[in-house]
Amino acid sequence: MRFVDEYRDAGRARALAAGIAARCRPGRRYAFMEVCGGHTHTIYKHGLEDHLPEEVSLVHGPGCPVCVIPMGRVDDAIHIASQPDVIMTSFGDLLRVPGGTGSFLDAKAAGADIRMVYSPLDALKIAKQNPDRRVVFMAIGFETTAPSTAMTVLRAAAEGVRNFSVFCNHVMIIPAIKAILDSPDLRLDGFIGPGHVSAVIGCEPYAFIARDYGKPLVVAGFEPLDILASVHMLLGQLAEDRCEVENQYARVVPWHGNPVAMEAIGRVMRLRPHFEWRGLGFIAHSALAMAEEYAAFDAERVFDLPGVRVADPRSCQCGEVLKGVLKPWECKVFGTACTPETPIGTCMVSSEGACAAYYNFGRFTRDRRPAVIPLGEVSRA
Amino acid sequence: MSGGEQQVLDRIERARRRKPVVREELITLAHGSGGKATQTLVEAVFLEAFRNPLLATLDDGATLPLGSARAAFTTDSYVVSPLFFPGGDIGDLAVNGTVNDLAMCGARPRYLSAGFILEEGFPVADLRRVVASMAAAATAAGVEIVTGDTKVVQRGRADGCYITTTGVGVIERPGTLSASAARPGDAVLVSGPIGAHGAAIMLARGDFGIEAPITSDTAPLHDVVAGLLDALPGQVRTLRDATRGGVATVLNEVAVASGVSVVLEEAAIPVRTEVTGVCELLGLDPLYVACEGRFVAVVDGAHAQSALDALRAHPLGAEAAIIGAVAAEPEALVLLRTAIGGTRVVEILVGDPLPRIC
Ligand code: SF4
Repeated sequence: MRFVDEYRDAGRARALAAGIAARCRPGRRYAFMEVCGGHTHTIYKHGLEDHLPEEVSLVHGPGCPVCVIPMGRVDDAIHIASQPDVIMTSFGDLLRVPGGTGSFLDAKAAGADIRMVYSPLDALKIAKQNPDRRVVFMAIGFETTAPSTAMTVLRAAAEGVRNFSVFCNHVMIIPAIKAILDSPDLRLDGFIGPGHVSAVIGCEPYAFIARDYGKPLVVAGFEPLDILASVHMLLGQLAEDRCEVENQYARVVPWHGNPVAMEAIGRVMRLRPHFEWRGLGFIAHSALAMAEEYAAFDAERVFDLPGVRVADPRSCQCGEVLKGVLKPWECKVFGTACTPETPIGTCMVSSEGACAAYYNFGRFTRDRRPAVIPLGEVSRA
Repeated sequence: MSGGEQQVLDRIERARRRKPVVREELITLAHGSGGKATQTLVEAVFLEAFRNPLLATLDDGATLPLGSARAAFTTDSYVVSPLFFPGGDIGDLAVNGTVNDLAMCGARPRYLSAGFILEEGFPVADLRRVVASMAAAATAAGVEIVTGDTKVVQRGRADGCYITTTGVGVIERPGTLSASAARPGDAVLVSGPIGAHGAAIMLARGDFGIEAPITSDTAPLHDVVAGLLDALPGQVRTLRDATRGGVATVLNEVAVASGVSVVLEEAAIPVRTEVTGVCELLGLDPLYVACEGRFVAVVDGAHAQSALDALRAHPLGAEAAIIGAVAAEPEALVLLRTAIGGTRVVEILVGDPLPRIC
């Protein structure tokens, strides 16, 4: 796995860490949000925060597509899945996400036919193999996964598959970032921009963040060194009083994105007037629905949906946590009503969400780490 | 740290210590994953009802005092799909798995029972093939299958063939191995590259359209274990085969049962390139992927090198490695020093490791 090791070199990480520390002005604090859940995962999996000086903190953003699904949509999907002739297909990480009345896993235990797939094309394949069943693909994700959903629908239409539909929950990253930027008590100094999303939409849509809100953004890759490099670039902009959109991930992200993918989305989907985000509430023009022309593939039209709305409890303060205003433990329901077993807000759903991570490992944060015995000593003994 | 934060942390700590409760009304697949949901089920339902000192250790098998002798006793059910996969089949697993659980108690495996649940319509030729594998595996492991049972259920009520094996072994060496015996300063070893069995099964299901030359690591471990125990009399604390839930889950059990922390060195953990590749593609972490012929050993730190030599002297331990050490704090946690020089917590999963979409 050369292509991976190249971006996981401890020596280069230390060099970047030294560069980051050198760019911090003493006494100043820097908070950067990594918007994308994939970045949160990398930071967490590689223990990257250990390479950051005390002055720099990373705020985990709303970019985990699984966590932002509102409970009502999960309930609606379970309603569809519970029809006797339906096979519901879903990405694996959604299976455990709770709605108001349980998760896909619970529904499966109660008899629903729910299958894990790796791509919408797998779902289409299942539809072709089971002509007497109605097969629904639970579509979630940002602009990263929307193109493959769109292309699958185009293929289904071309092949005349009639028993396949999509329950469309695709969301868009820009309105979410804007919602965070519009918060009056925002405390962020810059953004680590999503890599895969940008490969589709390009870097231009972020221009307003630097121009109108005065926050720098660096589009970053998903290897640990990519993230350290983008923090380094953000600090460089701040040190030099620049404020722009930069592309650290040029090896994958073209500045203008992927027009073919954007076109597929444009053909098959249209903007929703508004969409609910778990923990963030309703955000205008923040999600996609199936277009009129593809109504036959739109599960929202094919099935009679209860349209469940499970209001986020008023005590939920995810918005504040996401904006970096509150620390997880400062939320009123943290650890009492809201726990990883019974999550209320989005930050508690995935183990990488800010609240879940703090719940599980808060007693073991950066400043409370014990000295680690070097392995060399053990093996030499 | 502020007083408010400490209060919240204390509250979580109290909640953590509360008796586990099963909240679900129905069994879900998560209850069978080996992770937190399985532990909760075992403790809240089974242990609650059957409680006795032998069961309470929740080790891989029970150690039975029989007069002046000691026996190890264990049972396991096998429900793998597909039944045949690169490197083995359900028959190999059913023998090796139980042999290994006995070996992890420090016992010499002797006798096995075998119970079959067969689905109406299951091909007799397939059954013969499975049984032939069991016979070969039993011979290789030096055990005899001395009693058994067969049930047939209606079509659709089972997935072809399920096997349950129970095993008895003799414990000939003094001392008891247990997940609760790890102490600060101990060394942690693994007997070979991890994750091959789980990766082979995932590929054999054919859901991913990925092909890679990965075969299951299923193998009987009693011999390599005997070599280790003979080389380090009284210095081996814990042996666990890293089956369901992988090395991460097993070491979390050790950390919790012993009240210690286990600190792993990512760069030292042997994983075959193909397994790493498949895991990267599927968004899984090899630390949680099942092995059927690998075990984790916790030994006195002063004897780590001799333990490594003993393991490597056996073909099944040729690629063994020292992967970490036991520390006093932070209690009940597994930490990983990542290759890039960070540290992270290796948590106990709630259910099956689920692939990430992005
Ligand atoms: S504790 Fe729960 S409700 Fe409060 S911010 Fe965290 S996830 Fe949201």
